[in-house]
Amino acid sequence: MRPDSTSSPLPAQKSSSRPNASYIKSIGAILWKDLAAEVRSRELLTAMLVFALLVILIFNFALDLDAATRRVATPGILWATFAFAGTLGLNRSMALEKDRGCFDGLLLAPVDRSAIYFGKLISNLVFMLIVEAVVLPVYSVLYNTNLFNPGLVCVILLGSLGYVAVGTLLSSMAVQTRTRDVLLPILLFPVIIPILIAAVKASSGFLQGVALADNMPYINLLLVYAVIFTAVAFMVFDYVVEE
Amino acid sequence: MIVVKKLVKRFGLKTVLRGLNFEVQDGEFVALLGPNGSGKTTFLRILSSLARPTSGEISVAGFQLPDQASAVRRNLGVVSHLPLLYGDLTAEENLHFYGKMYAVSNLNQRIDQVLELVGMLTHRRELIRTFSRGMQQRLAIGRATLHDPQVLLLDEPHTGLDQDACGMLDHLLREVSGQGRTIVLTSHDLSRVEDLATRFDVLSQGVITASAGRIDVRRNGLAEFYRLALAN
Repeated sequence: MRPDSTSSPLPAQKSSSRPNASYIKSIGAILWKDLAAEVRSRELLTAMLVFALLVILIFNFALDLDAATRRVATPGILWATFAFAGTLGLNRSMALEKDRGCFDGLLLAPVDRSAIYFGKLISNLVFMLIVEAVVLPVYSVLYNTNLFNPGLVCVILLGSLGYVAVGTLLSSMAVQTRTRDVLLPILLFPVIIPILIAAVKASSGFLQGVALADNMPYINLLLVYAVIFTAVAFMVFDYVVEE
Repeated sequence: MIVVKKLVKRFGLKTVLRGLNFEVQDGEFVALLGPNGSGKTTFLRILSSLARPTSGEISVAGFQLPDQASAVRRNLGVVSHLPLLYGDLTAEENLHFYGKMYAVSNLNQRIDQVLELVGMLTHRRELIRTFSRGMQQRLAIGRATLHDPQVLLLDEPHTGLDQDACGMLDHLLREVSGQGRTIVLTSHDLSRVEDLATRFDVLSQGVITASAGRIDVRRNGLAEFYRLALAN
């Protein structure tokens, strides 16, 4: 087909023949791209952080809780904040892909499309964890509650993983519709109710000093939910993003 | 290089492509003409594996769609009226990202070649969102040819470009075409493609209604060829 590859200013490029290496490199490339773009624009993290801090501030003034009630209410307030801020981040993350047709650019790459899912999942998880890392100390100061508990950190990690595993899949579906901003929470919240319940119960257990064995059912539920939804997304992502 | 047989695409009750047959030889530059809503974009999205056909057989660069979609994508470059570039990354970073996604070897050297080809070497460290539409479209061609694909699909690449930018894009397309690539370009602007393509096909109501080479078309002019094709 080519006239003469040696005379062409664009010599043929050989691609990597190792599919697994290529798969992992693609995930890394998507993660790098999302982080680099966010470092420049700061759009996504700013929106998530401002929103999350406003939510805990509003709860602080609206509820005006005494010390004992605060301990009981803390897991609920925290997870409501994470869930709302997370939705904002998921929507924005996918909207940036839709901008200038970039999502099509991703889908046109000759990689297994699940690599796109995992790349987006990891970057969404990173953004969510950054927001949580800022929210926790601010919450501790505002509500005069000690949140530096290894068990709670573990629950937040697992809960966030489950949340973004579901959220990344559903936001990939929602982004292809005209009503994506409205559609994502409508799709997402009913599906993540088990994660939120388990995360609130487990967080509450750790904050109130309940024995680890009593908290294990909730932690197991979080773990199973994260694994199942990651596996489901791995299998169906290709169909979800195709017209 | 591209063989399509009895391609049908339905969206719910609406049939967009109705048993379309289409064939492109190696190195051909085919302009796919047709009015708005004739199914040009849908057809190119199916050829590029972004959409699944309802029925029919499709082969691109020797690979079947949708079963060998990944292999097809490796041999395919796509340019649409959107640049498919990230606004918050520089020109170089965008190419670097896509190069990683396509597992292009000697990537830095290749990026230099592509930036030189599209005349963007001096803008390599500028953010895409600061680029004019014409510059974005030139870089989009660089992105599409980065992995040296055998087939280039261009969906209305002139949309939104001013006269100068169109001229620059045409010059670039001739250069890319001269490297022996097979090109399919959709357009409804006849004057734009008249001197570019080696073959002209008209897509109307979901089927190809006429097809002719440049020499045949020039006898009566592309406008007359197009008018007759739509009248059929």
